[in-house]
Amino acid sequence: MRRYLVIALPYLWLLGLFLVPFLIVLKISLSDLNLSIPPYMPQLDPSAGWEGLKDFFSQLDFENFVFLTEDDLYWKAYLSSLKIAVVATLLTLCVGYPMAYGMARAPSEWRPTLMMLVILPFWTSFLIRVYSWMGILSNEGFLNQFLLWTGLISEPLVIMNTTTAVYIGIVYTYLPFMILPIYSALEKMDDSLLEAAEDLGCSRLQAFWLVTFPLSKSGIIAGCFLVLIPSIGEFVIPSLLGGSDTLMIGKVLWEEFFNNRDWPVASAVAVILLAILVIPIILFQRNEQKQREADG
Amino acid sequence: MPANGAPIFAPWDDPDAKPLIRFENVTKRFGDFTAIDNLTLDIYEREFFALLGPSGCGKTTMMRMLAGFETPTEGKIFVGGQDMGPIAPNQRPVNMMFQSYALFPHLSVYENIAFGLRRDGKPKDEIHHRVEEMLRMVRLQKFAKRKPHQISGGQRQRVALARSLAKEPKLLLLDEPLGALDAKLREDTQFELMDIQEKTGTTFVIVTHDQEEAMTVASRIAVMDEGKVMQVSTPDRIYEFPDNAYVADFIGDVNLIEGRSSAAIDETVQIEWAEGQQAITAQTQRPIAAGQKVFYAIRPEKVTISPDRPADAVNAAQGKILDIAYLGNLSTYHVQLPTGQVIKSQMANTRRISRRPYTWEDQVWVSWTKTGGSVLEG
Ligand SMILES: Nc1ncnc2c1ncn2[C@@H]1O[C@H](COP(=O)(O)OP(=O)(O)OP(=O)(O)O)[C@@H](O)[C@H]1O
Ligand SMILES: [Mg+2]
Repeated sequence: MRRYLVIALPYLWLLGLFLVPFLIVLKISLSDLNLSIPPYMPQLDPSAGWEGLKDFFSQLDFENFVFLTEDDLYWKAYLSSLKIAVVATLLTLCVGYPMAYGMARAPSEWRPTLMMLVILPFWTSFLIRVYSWMGILSNEGFLNQFLLWTGLISEPLVIMNTTTAVYIGIVYTYLPFMILPIYSALEKMDDSLLEAAEDLGCSRLQAFWLVTFPLSKSGIIAGCFLVLIPSIGEFVIPSLLGGSDTLMIGKVLWEEFFNNRDWPVASAVAVILLAILVIPIILFQRNEQKQREADG
Repeated sequence: MPANGAPIFAPWDDPDAKPLIRFENVTKRFGDFTAIDNLTLDIYEREFFALLGPSGCGKTTMMRMLAGFETPTEGKIFVGGQDMGPIAPNQRPVNMMFQSYALFPHLSVYENIAFGLRRDGKPKDEIHHRVEEMLRMVRLQKFAKRKPHQISGGQRQRVALARSLAKEPKLLLLDEPLGALDAKLREDTQFELMDIQEKTGTTFVIVTHDQEEAMTVASRIAVMDEGKVMQVSTPDRIYEFPDNAYVADFIGDVNLIEGRSSAAIDETVQIEWAEGQQAITAQTQRPIAAGQKVFYAIRPEKVTISPDRPADAVNAAQGKILDIAYLGNLSTYHVQLPTGQVIKSQMANTRRISRRPYTWEDQVWVSWTKTGGSVLEG
C-alpha cells in the first residue's frame, strides 16, 4: 500500500500541475474567439448534461491551427526562435566549456568557491539582472561609456534592442546551466587518463580531443539541452533587450494573449511550441539515461 | 654458467657497461614529505628489474618520474645517456602500465589497446594485426568490443598490460601488472613477459608485492624502504646475502638474532647473543670490530631440527617445540629456547603427517652450520 502511494504521488503531481493545465490550454486552442469573459467559447456547462457535453465537443475544431499555417508570421517566429536559441546555445557552450574546464582543473580547495560564484547570480531576481543589462548595453550604458573613454570607439555601439543584446542576455542567464553539467562530467574524470594518453604518445592538445572532450560529451549534451529548451520559448529577454526585428515565438505568444486578447490562437501557438520542445526534451532524457547506464 | 658457455647476463658487474637508466641523487618531495630520498641507481638494457618494498615506500613515485609525470625535486634522471629533465612524457621512449590501469572508459578494449599505435600513425592493418596479437596474448579476444566497465578487474588489468606492451617501447614500466590475476594466469603471464623480454630485448621495470614473482622474473631486485634503496642485487644474492637486517627480514622468512661480535679472525666471528648460550660461530667477509653490535640472520630452511645434539654441529641450541605450521610440502617448527627466543626451522615433509617425528612440547635441538647465515651490521 505504502509503495503504491510513493509511486502514485509523483504521478498525481504531474497530473495536477502539468496534464490538467495542458488539457485546458489544448481545449482553449480548439475553441473560437468570443467577446465574453473568458474570451472564448464554447464553455462547458455541466448542468446541460449529456446533450450539453456532445454540443460542447461538436463546437471544438482545428481552425486556429489552420490559421497559424496561413499567416507566415507564426512559422517565421518559430524558425527564428529556434535559430536564436541554437546560436545562443552554441555561444553559451563556447563561453561555458572553458569556465567548466578551468573549474575542474582548479585546486580542489578552490572548487566550492568557484561553484558558489557560478550559482551566486541566482540569488537575485532574474528580472533585475536582465534590467541591469539594459544599463550596461544601452547607448549611454556602462559598456559604451567605457569604450568611449578608452578611445577604442568614437560613436556609441548600438547593442541595446538588437538581436545581439538578446544573445548576450541568453548566454548570461543560462550560463550556469551549461557550466554545471560539464563541470560535473569533467570533475569525475581521472587525471591519470590524461597521463596515460600522453604516455601513449599524445600531445596535450590531442589528449584533450581524444580523452577529455569525449568524456565530457554527456555533460555538453545535457548543458546544451538545458539552455536550448528554455531559450526557444524565452520571452522576457527578447522583450526587454531585443528590438522590433527580434522575432521570437515567446514574444508573439505574449502579444496574442495580452495585446490581441486572442486566447484561442495564443493557446494554439503554445501547444505547437510544446510539441516542438518535446523532441529536444526526449533527446535530453535519452542522453541522461545513457549516461546513467555508462556510470552504473 | 649456461651449458653453451655464453657469458652470464650481468652488465652491472661490468665497469664499462653503460646503464640504460640512471638515477643520479634523485630526491622527490611532496611538500615537506620526502617520497624518494637521494636515490642513485643504474638499470641496464635488457634487464628485468623488480622493485620490492612496503606500501608507500615510493615505488610508484619512482616510475612516475621515469615516465615524466613527476619532476625530481633534486637530482637527474638519464635514459640512454640523455637527461630526461626537459623531455615531455609523450617524447620519452617509455610506456607505463598504471597501478590504477587508467583505461579510457569511452573506448572499447580493442580501441584502448590500439590507442598508442594510432598515435604513431601506423598503417591500419598493421595496427589491427598488432592489437589482435595483444588480445590473444592476454586472452581477451572475446572481449574486444566491450567497454572497460563491462569486464572484470583481472580482465581490466590485462587490458592495461596489453595497452602498454602494444607499442613495443624500449623501456616498459609495469606497476603491479599481475596483482589481480589468479595464480595460474599470473604464472602464464610471467612467462609471457619473460618471453617478450627475450624476443624483443625490452627493458622491464616492474613493481610487485609478490616476492616469489620478483624472484622468478627479475634479473635484479631493488628492495626499498621509505624512499631509500636498501639493496640492489640478483634474487639469489638478495636472499642468501642480504646487506642489512631490513632486507633479510623483508625478503622471505628469517631468524634474526641480535648479539655482540668478536673481531673477525680468518673471516670467522663469534657472536655472543644470550646468557648461557654458546656463542654463534659464523663466517663473514665484513670487517667486523670486536664488541660490535650485529644481527645474525639465518633462514629457517638452513636450521636443522633433531632429537639429540648432532655431534658435528658448529652451532646448536636446545629448546621445546612451541608451534608447528604445516605447509604441505614443508613444515615450519617454532622452537623456544630457555632464553625465551624463538628459532624457526623448516623441514621437508618427507613422511606422512601422522608419522611426523616431532610434536608439540618435545625437547629438540636446533643446529646450523658456520656458513648458513649472514652477519649483518646493526
Ligand atoms: N601527489 C602526491 N602528493 C603527496 N604525497 C604523495 C603524492 N604521491 C605520492 N605521495 C606519497 O609518497 C609516498 C610514496 O608513494 P608511492 O605511490 O610511490 O608508493 P608505492 O611504493 O607505490 O606504494 P604502493 O605499494 O601502495 O603502491 C606515499 O607516502 C604517498 O603518500
Ligand atoms: Mg604504487
